[in-house]
Amino acid sequence: MGAKKENSDNEMDEKVKKYLRGEAANLEGLKDKKLKGQLAVREDLYGKSAKTAAKIEKWLLPSEGGYLEAEGIEKTWRMKQESIAREVDILSSRNQYDIVLPELGPYTLDFTSNGRYMAAAGRKGHLAIVDMKTLNLIKEIQVRETVRDVAYLHNELFFAAAQKKYPYIYNRDGTELHCLKEHGAVLRLQFLKNHFLLASINKFGQLRYQDVTMGEMIGNIRTGLGRTDVMQVNPYNGVVALGHSSGTVTMWKPTSAVPLVKMLSHPGPVSSLAFHPNGHLMATSGRENKIKIWDLRKFEVIQTLPCHAKTLNFSQKGLLAAGTGSFIQILADFSGSQNYSSYMTHSMAKGYQVGKLLFRPYEDVLGIGHSMGWSSILIPGSGEPNFDSWVANPFETSKQRREKEVHSLLDKLPPETIMLDPTKVGTVRAPQKKEKPTKKDIEAEMEAAIETAKDTEFKKKTKGRNKPSKRATKRREMIGRAKRPFLEQRTQEHETSRKKQKTNPETEMPKSLQRFVRQKAT
Amino acid sequence: MKVKVISRSTDEFTRERSQDLQRVFRNFDPSLRSQEKAVEYVRALNAAKLDKIFARPFIGAMDGHRDSIKCMAKNPNHLKAIFSGSDDGDIRLWDIASRRTVCQFPGHQGAVQGLTVSTDGGILVSCGSDCSVRLWNVSDANLADSDNLYDNSAKPQAVYVWKNAFRAVDHQWDGDLFATAGAQVDIWNHNRSQPVNTFDWGADTTISIRFNPGEPNILATSANDRSITLYDLRMSSPARKVIMRTKCNSIAWNPMEPMNFTAANEDCNCYSYDARKLEEAKCVHKDHVSAVMDIDFSPTGREFVTGSYDRTVRIFQYNGGHSREIYHTKRMQRVFCVKYSCDASYVISGSDDTNLRLWKAKASEQLGVVLPRERKKHEYLEAVKNRYKHLPEVKRIVRHRHLPRPVYKAANLRRTMIEAERRKEQRRKAHSAPGSIVTEPVRKRRIIKEVE
Repeated sequence: MGAKKENSDNEMDEKVKKYLRGEAANLEGLKDKKLKGQLAVREDLYGKSAKTAAKIEKWLLPSEGGYLEAEGIEKTWRMKQESIAREVDILSSRNQYDIVLPELGPYTLDFTSNGRYMAAAGRKGHLAIVDMKTLNLIKEIQVRETVRDVAYLHNELFFAAAQKKYPYIYNRDGTELHCLKEHGAVLRLQFLKNHFLLASINKFGQLRYQDVTMGEMIGNIRTGLGRTDVMQVNPYNGVVALGHSSGTVTMWKPTSAVPLVKMLSHPGPVSSLAFHPNGHLMATSGRENKIKIWDLRKFEVIQTLPCHAKTLNFSQKGLLAAGTGSFIQILADFSGSQNYSSYMTHSMAKGYQVGKLLFRPYEDVLGIGHSMGWSSILIPGSGEPNFDSWVANPFETSKQRREKEVHSLLDKLPPETIMLDPTKVGTVRAPQKKEKPTKKDIEAEMEAAIETAKDTEFKKKTKGRNKPSKRATKRREMIGRAKRPFLEQRTQEHETSRKKQKTNPETEMPKSLQRFVRQKAT
Repeated sequence: MKVKVISRSTDEFTRERSQDLQRVFRNFDPSLRSQEKAVEYVRALNAAKLDKIFARPFIGAMDGHRDSIKCMAKNPNHLKAIFSGSDDGDIRLWDIASRRTVCQFPGHQGAVQGLTVSTDGGILVSCGSDCSVRLWNVSDANLADSDNLYDNSAKPQAVYVWKNAFRAVDHQWDGDLFATAGAQVDIWNHNRSQPVNTFDWGADTTISIRFNPGEPNILATSANDRSITLYDLRMSSPARKVIMRTKCNSIAWNPMEPMNFTAANEDCNCYSYDARKLEEAKCVHKDHVSAVMDIDFSPTGREFVTGSYDRTVRIFQYNGGHSREIYHTKRMQRVFCVKYSCDASYVISGSDDTNLRLWKAKASEQLGVVLPRERKKHEYLEAVKNRYKHLPEVKRIVRHRHLPRPVYKAANLRRTMIEAERRKEQRRKAHSAPGSIVTEPVRKRRIIKEVE
């Protein structure tokens, strides 16, 4: 009974920790009693609200997550999709399918943030929007140009397709709304949800950020690192990461021309990149058939997995999908210890080359875009079972969608809020230690002061008071006044250095004469 | 093998009929939301801007008096009513909602210097410079008869004439006595035509008087000899006196913390004191640029409103230094009396230009019935704005107030003078023996001494 209670206490503590959002502030060092009292009250309130949220979880969250457990000598990575489909209800087994469209090229996919709609784009110009709930094809168009990537904007009404020369934005009805000429020939598109920014990387390695609400180009960065088609957005902080052919991974924000971080991750080109939704983990894979899992707080490798991976994706619950050729491997960290091991595998028919892996949000489904079309398989335990209606609602009505659009526009973040550590907003910057100005700086300052003194205009006096000698003395006086503080500073420094010199003559004397140094009276 | 996959049935997650409410599901997990702090910051910025857009504090002016308004009184039993007395002896009862005079109380020959209402709302006491104290019957029954006539005048219940002109009057919170201030402090009973008791400590006129809301027998007065005196009726002797450098025009007790009172001083500051410890002020409220004429606390005890000779009305926090809000109009001249309404929503100011003005206590508040969702939204916006109000962008918007040019210039002048004084003091300190010059805190600096 005692052990059970302890277990439940531990669980409760874990949950409370999740809601606390970091450590409580340390109020010991504060001397201001009023402030200390106010902060103590606040901290108390935070603790109480975290506890209430943890307690209420039991009643508030209706669904439980999926799982796959092996019995006896079975191993989870040997289980095939057919056997899973047999055990699961009809509605879920509908989520397992293969759509074969061999003529229209390798397909890429994108899901809306609530997992309800999917946009599929074939390389040969086929664009399709599918409603995943009813598996209805809403609209398909043929743009008769190469399409390299597709990305949904803030909801299912708009999506962007990276076509041969420029990216285009289309409506849900397939109407072309915008042609984004400034981006050029784009290889990859990513949408930053909180900022309403469409990020693109083009053939020449130029990274562009465009605000889709006003159409303003926020950032135009020449990366200088060449052509790359590995681009991902970190959902935690909104930075865009690019993987380059030199093996470096760079992270960018729209307001700076220099990358935030440049890390050498692989000996050869980086083939793919994926971010964990909590923002602390990144998975990268290179041509040397290794997947590295990085901790982004310390920029260190946590784990190296010997696995081929041409494409990577993290699910909402932290499962990592890696795909090469026609083989897909799902890795999971079972105890939450960030130690990834094989969870499931799936091989498709030979000849199907996996192009893109994408987990469907809020569902236990993995979408696969491959050279012969697209497929979908069941991965139990990959999706978040309980959604929040105000964040992403898979059962959204059109009215709710409109309201959500307006609210998210009101909360649109300015591009300056993209930073590596998003919790820094509202904190105090540590005071920078002012370095002592060098001699050169001081002299430059003096020169500048003298110049300004020389430039002062004097009033033209009349009635015989405007003698040139008087004017000259006045000018000299102004220059002297401008020079005075610098000269004072100089004499002060000289005095202090002289005093310092006087006070330790012992160090000047050679060692043999040390005993003759006059000792100070103790 | 044991398998379970997420499968949501549509009926569980959508509504059955179109008359039903939409189903809402919540998951407070922070990992579902990214960049929470930045979103909060943007909301705080928008909240600050919206606040400024909706800030329209002036509601209306009540016109009617023919001379400047010197004193006001609120009836604790009626929210909508306020009494005002002017320099030509005219006392009026106003209905705040319609901003009209309900009843007039003529009778005083000279200026009406003080007004107060008894706690049960039955008697209005007025005192003036014609050495008389008049008691008027203002209970509901009486007023209801004479309700319809606009110009109706009432007859006083009693007139008591005494020796000197009176300067202020206040009624005991829990009893039958009222006190007047003039050449000396007199304690009166409703039914006696002569004062029951007299206090005379100090050489000069007492200019304001206030009974303590918590202890019915304690009262505070301020006099022309720059002192604040506390009296205790049970001991029938003055209890304590503190002498300051400049005189206090008015005193108000904090209704929620009855041991604290705040005095409105002639040197443009308000000083909050703890009545038990008068040697040091608890707090100095600085913001006015001319003498503070009147002060009144909000019934919540968290804020107070001051009216000053510099034609502005300011609202301060009870424990803060600078004002939260400033109200001014071109037409409002020297403000001589202010009152905070009993529901803490309105501020009424009476000024030199013969008008009473009604203002909102919170400038951007929505008046009228607020729906629960609206109220929650306002509370959320207020909270998020307070969390980020120290950041430069938000602070710039929250702090911004338009000041009339004379006030702005006077404030700058005061600031330069105080800065110069401070700098000189620092230099004196730096160039003299360490420890020989001691800086006194501002809270103590303005007090000369405390006398038992």
